Amino acid sequence: MSEQEPITGIEAPIYLKYNFTAGAAPARFLSQVKRGVLTGQRCPLCEQVYFPPRGSCAACGVPTQEEVVLADKATVESFTIVAIPIPNNPIKPPYIIANLVADGANLSFIHLMSECVNEDVHIGQRVQAVWKPAEEWDYAMDNIRYFKPIDEPDVPVDRIGKISVAGWEG
Amino acid sequence: MKDIAIVAYNQSKAVSDVGPCNEVELIMPVLAEVFSQAGINNAQDVDFVCSGSCDYLQGAAFAFVAGVDALGAVPPIKESHVEMDAAWALYESMLKIRMGHADSALIYGFGKSSPGELPIVLSQQLDPYYLAPLWVDTIALAAMQARMLLDQGKISERDMAEVVSRSRRNARNNPNAQLAGDVSPEDVLAQPSYVSPLRKADCPPVSDGASAMIICTVEKAKSWGVPYAVISGIDHRIESHNMGMRDLTDSVSTRLAAEGAGLGDGPVDVAELYAPFSHQEIVLTRALGLGKETNINPSGGVLAGNLMMASGLSRIGEVFNRIIAGDAGRGVAHATSGPCLQHNLVTVVEKA
Amino acid sequence: MANLAAVVGIGQTSYTTKRDDVSIAGLVREAAVNALQDADLTWDDIDAVIIGKAPDMFEGVIMPEIYLTDALGCNGKPMMRVHTAGSVGGSTALVAASHVQSGTFKRVLTVAFEKQSESNAMWALSTPQPFSTHLNAGAGGYFAPIIREYMRRSEAPYDVGIKVAMKDRLHGARNPLAHLQKPDITMKEVEESFMLWDPIRFLEACPSSDGACAMVIANEELADQATKPPAWIRGVAMRSEPTMYAGREEVNPQAGKDCAADVYKQAGIVDPRRDLDCAEVYVPFSWYEPMWLENLGFAPEGEGWKLTMEGATSLDEGGDIPWNPSGGVLSSNPIGASGMIRFAEAARQVRGDAGAHQVEGAKLAMGHAYGGGAQFFAMWVVGAEKG
Repeated sequence: MSEQEPITGIEAPIYLKYNFTAGAAPARFLSQVKRGVLTGQRCPLCEQVYFPPRGSCAACGVPTQEEVVLADKATVESFTIVAIPIPNNPIKPPYIIANLVADGANLSFIHLMSECVNEDVHIGQRVQAVWKPAEEWDYAMDNIRYFKPIDEPDVPVDRIGKISVAGWEG
Repeated sequence: MKDIAIVAYNQSKAVSDVGPCNEVELIMPVLAEVFSQAGINNAQDVDFVCSGSCDYLQGAAFAFVAGVDALGAVPPIKESHVEMDAAWALYESMLKIRMGHADSALIYGFGKSSPGELPIVLSQQLDPYYLAPLWVDTIALAAMQARMLLDQGKISERDMAEVVSRSRRNARNNPNAQLAGDVSPEDVLAQPSYVSPLRKADCPPVSDGASAMIICTVEKAKSWGVPYAVISGIDHRIESHNMGMRDLTDSVSTRLAAEGAGLGDGPVDVAELYAPFSHQEIVLTRALGLGKETNINPSGGVLAGNLMMASGLSRIGEVFNRIIAGDAGRGVAHATSGPCLQHNLVTVVEKA
Repeated sequence: MANLAAVVGIGQTSYTTKRDDVSIAGLVREAAVNALQDADLTWDDIDAVIIGKAPDMFEGVIMPEIYLTDALGCNGKPMMRVHTAGSVGGSTALVAASHVQSGTFKRVLTVAFEKQSESNAMWALSTPQPFSTHLNAGAGGYFAPIIREYMRRSEAPYDVGIKVAMKDRLHGARNPLAHLQKPDITMKEVEESFMLWDPIRFLEACPSSDGACAMVIANEELADQATKPPAWIRGVAMRSEPTMYAGREEVNPQAGKDCAADVYKQAGIVDPRRDLDCAEVYVPFSWYEPMWLENLGFAPEGEGWKLTMEGATSLDEGGDIPWNPSGGVLSSNPIGASGMIRFAEAARQVRGDAGAHQVEGAKLAMGHAYGGGAQFFAMWVVGAEKG
């Protein structure tokens, strides 16, 4: 026994298969994304627009039904420049992950930014979606490859999250 | 010890695959129903919220975090979560009320087992060094337990078939049941063997769904002016994970929990037992010392619909429903966790 | 009112990247045995066990309390498993305390652990799911934009996070259990470390650790008889809010403010900086020190960073309100246990049993944990006196 090597690990890989379903609200949202349209859902009580929708207003705790078409323009709420790769994702560092608020929505979602100088990205910056070719569209948010800066004036911080679907004139 | 009242309970219909429905969508309807029963608006009107769920059922970490989106937790609420059946969330909530930090609590449990292969998924709940790598699933373990009971002459296959038959027949009166029908013991015995000695009917269905409950102090229940039943005792015990060290033909931890909950202090009109497999209902009935005077699993039990992480809470809710309906004065609810009834919780509910 | 309860025993493992000398059961048992020894008790003295950890996918064991019952002497006893994301270690301590504060139990054992090396934690948080683009390059990718927003608002100098990173590692060097031992760390070294998630540098982020922490919590009668000084639980609070909703204050979350106000009220604290002697606060990324200094009311909004830069939170600079004398999450981070370590380290301070990182004369201390998208909070205040 005394000559026994200590055992410091065994390989016991776990493989489990799941058939995910997206949920009713996300399913409606994804059907629209497949057509190149971004939709949010408005809370019947506080009237805030959730994007992407999950089927409830998290603040009020009530189901959200009303669908609202959003623009593919957005404002940078905040961001980070990431220097490490994402598991299972081909994107190469350094890249920008941003919290963006789409025009017509009231809270941010996470997406990538590109076609920009990383050091010039800033809070309040205006961006627009760069879509994949339409024939590659699927039920997925990465139909949008990334968002790129556009030539519009910055949004003041206290207006971020309050821009209507009509856009931002400055 | 403060008496604690149950004032509201609801369960979604148990279905084999709820389809495109996320956690929030699964939870919101049962929450709306219990809020309505208690005559309150939302989770802001209770002092504490506690839930039970298990990430591995749907295969995503932090399932319960999404659940918070159903609560309307703005302004922030006092909230906690157990990675267990929601019956234990009820237990945690009762401690909060007893210590005076809450007068009322919302409890909910949810499980969406359909995305995975439930018995296989649950095999990964076993000892990770010895048992889990063998991928022994829950049905196989239960089958070994049934084999011991049969070989020791403690039960017969007919006893098991009678449990199934009663479950199916009782479930006809339960609108939330997944499996119901006029099934005779002979019909069950005529079925082929599935995982010997179990037939498919001896095993629970895989179900999706949620349940919710509101409890409070008796004073609060009176001020809300809603009918209520009283939880007069609750206790839970776990036993060894090493199944070779346990007498699988008995449930020692259920006995201990029943003593702790004061089950023997009065008659038991109704019992709702979390027995995923038919033979386990017999083991539990004996461990709890239940006799002919007790109506066992009038809802059909979990053989009629098995909402993982919610069915334990639902057992308590079913007893509550019987008492409120005037069908029973005192009842026992049982919840379980782990392979072959490793961990058991016993709740005694009484007419107010 | 809640019954009085106190921490009468504390046990920890050492924290390190990979504890390959023990199984999961061996790890939790090590902490539990240490806590029992510290309390001068045996397994038979324990009435119930309350265990906590972060997502099961970190180890790949579903509901591991089922398997750990034997290692934790639970057979025939109640056992409970708590999971509230990153705050779980704190929440678990609170659930354990409620077992005693409710008058239901006399003495319970609570344990929190993570053995991240058993699995791939980064993978566990990034299980490929259809329908959602996976852009969270770890927790840092989530919190970095929030930190950036704090920097914009507060106009804090760029090196506040660097200072915290150095300070907590200097604290950690006093704590033999701490994972990172960097007694010679300098601000220059932190500043030159690799930028991971701008503005978070490598040395401004917590490590990934294996480890477990345990406590024995007893009622007043038993705590009065304890061999070592008890840490009396003077206040307990939890708060939760949703991850995302329109107008959510992510930098200074309402749930954190409410939770602190609740726990201070119970403990009779009016001014936390003045009334508390030290705090163990969940700071996994350096900038969360100034952010939580404000959120928890130690400094006015926008000025938390000044306390850090003045040295108020540093043991080495003789600060008046040392934060994370143990080295904090920045020095050791077994995720599921990290919150309980904060709670236990606060208790060690008021028991006068914190060794080289003892804050002299500490009588009242706070333990803090948060989790999810900075949306779940758990806090307690412990004192050398009953109150």
